[in-house]
Amino acid sequence: MNPLKTEVAIIGAGLVGASAALALRRMGVATALIDSGASGARASGVNFGGVRRQGRSIEQLYLAQRAHGIWSRLPELIGTDAEYVRSGHLKLARTESDLDKLRAYRDKVSDFDLGLEIIDAAELRRRFPALGPGLAGGSLCPQDGQANPRLVAPAFAHAAARAGAHLLEHCAITQSDTQGEDFLLTAADGRRIRAATVINAAGAWGAAVARGFGDDLPLQVKYPTMLVTEPLAPQIGVSLGVEGGGFYARQVTRGNVVMGGGYGVALPGDRSRPGRAALAELGRTAPAILPALACASVIRCWSGIEGYFSDKNPVIGFSPRVPRLLHAFGFSGGGFQIAPAVGEVIAEMATGRGGLMMAEKFSVSRWDAAAQAA
Amino acid sequence: MQMNRPDDLGAPPMVVVGAGPAGVRAAQTLLRHGVRPVIVDEAALPGGQIYRQGAAPRGHARQRYGFEWKRAQAIHAAGADLAARADYRAATAVWNAAPGSLDLIRDGELETLAYSRLLLATGATDRVLPFPGWTLPGVYSLGGAQIALKSQGCVFGPRIVFAGTGPLLYLVAYQYARAGAQVLAVLDQASLGGQVRATPALLSQPGMLAKGLYYLGWLRARGVSVHHNAQLDAAQGDSRVETVRATIGGQSCAFACDALAVGHGLRAETQLADLLDCAFDFDAGQRAWLPRRDPDGRSSAASVYLAGDGAGIGGAVMAELAGERAALAMLADSGIAVSVARVRSLARRQAKWARFRRGLDQAFPLPAAGCDDSVMVCRCEEVRAGTLRAAAEQYAIDDLNRLKALTRIGMGLCQGRMCQAGAAELLADCRGLALADIGRLRGQAPVKPLNLAMLGGVEP
Repeated sequence: MNPLKTEVAIIGAGLVGASAALALRRMGVATALIDSGASGARASGVNFGGVRRQGRSIEQLYLAQRAHGIWSRLPELIGTDAEYVRSGHLKLARTESDLDKLRAYRDKVSDFDLGLEIIDAAELRRRFPALGPGLAGGSLCPQDGQANPRLVAPAFAHAAARAGAHLLEHCAITQSDTQGEDFLLTAADGRRIRAATVINAAGAWGAAVARGFGDDLPLQVKYPTMLVTEPLAPQIGVSLGVEGGGFYARQVTRGNVVMGGGYGVALPGDRSRPGRAALAELGRTAPAILPALACASVIRCWSGIEGYFSDKNPVIGFSPRVPRLLHAFGFSGGGFQIAPAVGEVIAEMATGRGGLMMAEKFSVSRWDAAAQAA
Repeated sequence: MQMNRPDDLGAPPMVVVGAGPAGVRAAQTLLRHGVRPVIVDEAALPGGQIYRQGAAPRGHARQRYGFEWKRAQAIHAAGADLAARADYRAATAVWNAAPGSLDLIRDGELETLAYSRLLLATGATDRVLPFPGWTLPGVYSLGGAQIALKSQGCVFGPRIVFAGTGPLLYLVAYQYARAGAQVLAVLDQASLGGQVRATPALLSQPGMLAKGLYYLGWLRARGVSVHHNAQLDAAQGDSRVETVRATIGGQSCAFACDALAVGHGLRAETQLADLLDCAFDFDAGQRAWLPRRDPDGRSSAASVYLAGDGAGIGGAVMAELAGERAALAMLADSGIAVSVARVRSLARRQAKWARFRRGLDQAFPLPAAGCDDSVMVCRCEEVRAGTLRAAAEQYAIDDLNRLKALTRIGMGLCQGRMCQAGAAELLADCRGLALADIGRLRGQAPVKPLNLAMLGGVEP
């Protein structure tokens, strides 16, 4: 069988890969979007669903601001709003010193027009009566929001397919060769794809894909633990986080409260389970922050599989060794909001149309540079 | 005197989950061989669903358990003995499991219980299929209607229609009529021809067949109309069921009533086997995925054994036999001598009952679901058949978990325990796939809803 011939082959149909595929098709570039499973079924589909700019580093805020515009255009881009709402994101401070950190962050990112508003303890209780006592205050980003992660990436992937991309689901790439100037990818079931450029957007499996091409990247895999309650009466509209991390929560329109914190464990067969310790911590933390949760029933808990780098930034950049191999993975638990912008940026990079602000922060070679400096 | 068994050496105990016929017989067998098991059961009293005991039962046991009242009493007595001599944890639920341990909850207290060997005898619940009006107040599952009678001593009605299929249909109709309900009709979806053809297999247990025929004859003698090939069309009413519509022999019929009890067969409660990573196989007769087990009851997972309806619907007598046999396997695998003759005898009786079971499956084939787009399939998340079909087409969905992710079906309070069978039937049908090809929902803790603050009591 002749290989499928395309310009760009994307390995990984999560939100990064799928939005890159759509962007490439909008530029008229022949694209194959490949996933070992179904599109958006991994971390893109089972993450918390926070669409948050607040708290991101400067280098990520360039992407976050671009993504902010994309999220509001989802219906025209992918045919659904994926339950995206600009509900606001409130980052809570447990202590005065945490509140000072939130103030310092507001000042540091003042160029980005996030509209951050520092709220003291009294104001917090007045505006968000559902919150428990003992909080020092918070920082509100009114235009941040939340969306349903299960819908977004599949909708991007299918929009790309409607725009002419080849969507190859259940197609696990097991081998890469070169044919002339091109890559020749071979899947476990024998399917072959010939492409001039390869984008590695394989998420937690990104390092394994990179290794197949000879690039060795220090990706750590972790398993964020999340749970959802039964539907409750409306408690709080804003999506919640806590300075210092470890707890995040949001209440969806149906009334269920989705929350997460801590990590789970790996299971054989690329699966994972929530951790007992993480669930226990959620059982203690959640009712302290939202007292109504003390009476709530948990109906499901789950865990995703996510790739992390120690500096919390993904790699977004070309391989230093293999020409026209572009890596974009390792979003370290914070990829959901910026992914649609990353998709557009890597589509531009793959076609020589543009680049990335502060690219060195995302560079595939940044560890080499660090090693040389040391 | 207890002999020197693994549990005396500080090793974790053997654990039996479920105190229905399978669990009780298994635990009794362990105890007889000098092993003191932990028995964990959700109910306050032993008996399982089939022999469920009320806190203050009224009337004769015969009224609650039909011809099986002696079996019921034997299981109750054996259960009471276990409560006295073994570590019996009543009113205790297993909400999560991982290889080597179970997470329990009792009176709001959480505990992690390690096991050396584990028997899952988790039983069954109703297999629910959607039809127009199935979510109306006054519409009950057959099992639910029976539980009301057994544990509360009350009947739904007074004017009640029984519809669907399965041997329970006649038993529960009989029990309701005896308890004073006005049974208007029994609408059996199965054909009389199929039941006649199943007679040779059913004759392998002539006593059971006779009981079934007795219920039928008793109902007919009291003027209850019993129809075969009866298709339940809808339950209708403003705020509760007022009318049941059915098609009988090509004719539309309506029954004005106060209640409807519907049976579409039973489904095994397999979540714990799933959380423990047991391998599953598709069972065409039960139209469901069931945990794989060898003839002795060993699952594919180390030290995990299976018995009773929780591993596949076989009925209460089969459950007793399988429970005892699995316990003997647990003992033998621990190096404790068991009677080979006893195992052989159990195997022979199981084979005979299996033949009877095949007859029942032939007489009462499980119906598939077919309903129009407006019918609610997942009542927790309010997903209708039309939404399900539209998503299935739009995303070319060929997997039940994908359907869940994209439509929310099975994401609510029941976690798919009620809607999975119907959703699977509809997905397979609208995509032209075999039921076996669309997979099954992944098990996720908690097995049943669990208070969030209580989770905080778990020690890391």
